[in-house]
Amino acid sequence: MRATVLVRPKPGILDPQGQAVSGSLRHLGFDVSDVRVGRLIDVELATDDAGQARAELERMCEQLLANPLIERYEIALPAGEASA
Amino acid sequence: MSDHEARRPQVAVVVFPGSNDDRDAMRALSLLGAEPTAVWHTAEALPAGTAAVVLPGGFSFGDYLRCGAIARFSPVLRAVTAFAADGGLVLGICNGFQILTEAGLLPGVLRPNASLSFVCRDVALRVERTDTPFTTRCAVDRTLTIPVKHGEGCWFADEELLGELEASGQLVLRYAAGANPNGALAEVAGVLNEQGNVFGLMPHPEHAVDPLLGSTDGGLILGSLVDAARLSAAALV
Repeated sequence: MRATVLVRPKPGILDPQGQAVSGSLRHLGFDVSDVRVGRLIDVELATDDAGQARAELERMCEQLLANPLIERYEIALPAGEASA
Repeated sequence: MSDHEARRPQVAVVVFPGSNDDRDAMRALSLLGAEPTAVWHTAEALPAGTAAVVLPGGFSFGDYLRCGAIARFSPVLRAVTAFAADGGLVLGICNGFQILTEAGLLPGVLRPNASLSFVCRDVALRVERTDTPFTTRCAVDRTLTIPVKHGEGCWFADEELLGELEASGQLVLRYAAGANPNGALAEVAGVLNEQGNVFGLMPHPEHAVDPLLGSTDGGLILGSLVDAARLSAAALV
């Protein structure tokens, strides 16, 4: 099963990268007020069991993929499986 | 000078793939009276007689994912963690500091500089406490000049953690007024653990031990560590 993990800066955490992108978009003439830049991680898992996949992905996020001090994560399983 | 003062304490300098300040750290420690040993990151144990550990600067594992996030899984980190839990002295410089925060040995996190630019220059620093093994040679009223060179040195902690660290006096090293090079919260440049034996800092003391390079203030920090390591080595004998 291929799952996707989205890692985002927590709300309220300064995101200088997002600010820089936001400024550049405004420079291009787009009317944007805020941009936040996160990270998308595709993971190919051995299991096809949605429950097991979610449990493993959560452990991956807690142990490595996200830093809980500054980031939040979201797990997206393939269509048909409920997502977090 | 007594025998034990003359003895050179053994300091393990851990080398990760991508470390690049390990040799400067070893040279500086040697100048300051220690006996440094390079320890490759796959080592399961620290050399016998290790009195202190230094995690040097660099770009371990290419800084992939987050700085220090991969290095903390190196086998040697288990040995370093056990050493620290026993009260052993551990110093993390720049990338070493990032590794120690990722490993949970030091509080907070180091984020990309607020400017998004790599900074490489001398900065003025103030030392808040001289009663730590890393600052005994410093003076509270004397500004230190030590270079920084990093892209991700913006130390951050949430409000609750920051309050705890302020109260416990763990924010030992700060950028002087107007000298914050990276947007670090509360001007934090270096943090001590609660037990007082693990310290991490973004500036590079190993690059400031020779007058030829403009400052010898780094020697005050590394020299403090060497003094403390010598005492702890003597206690082990």
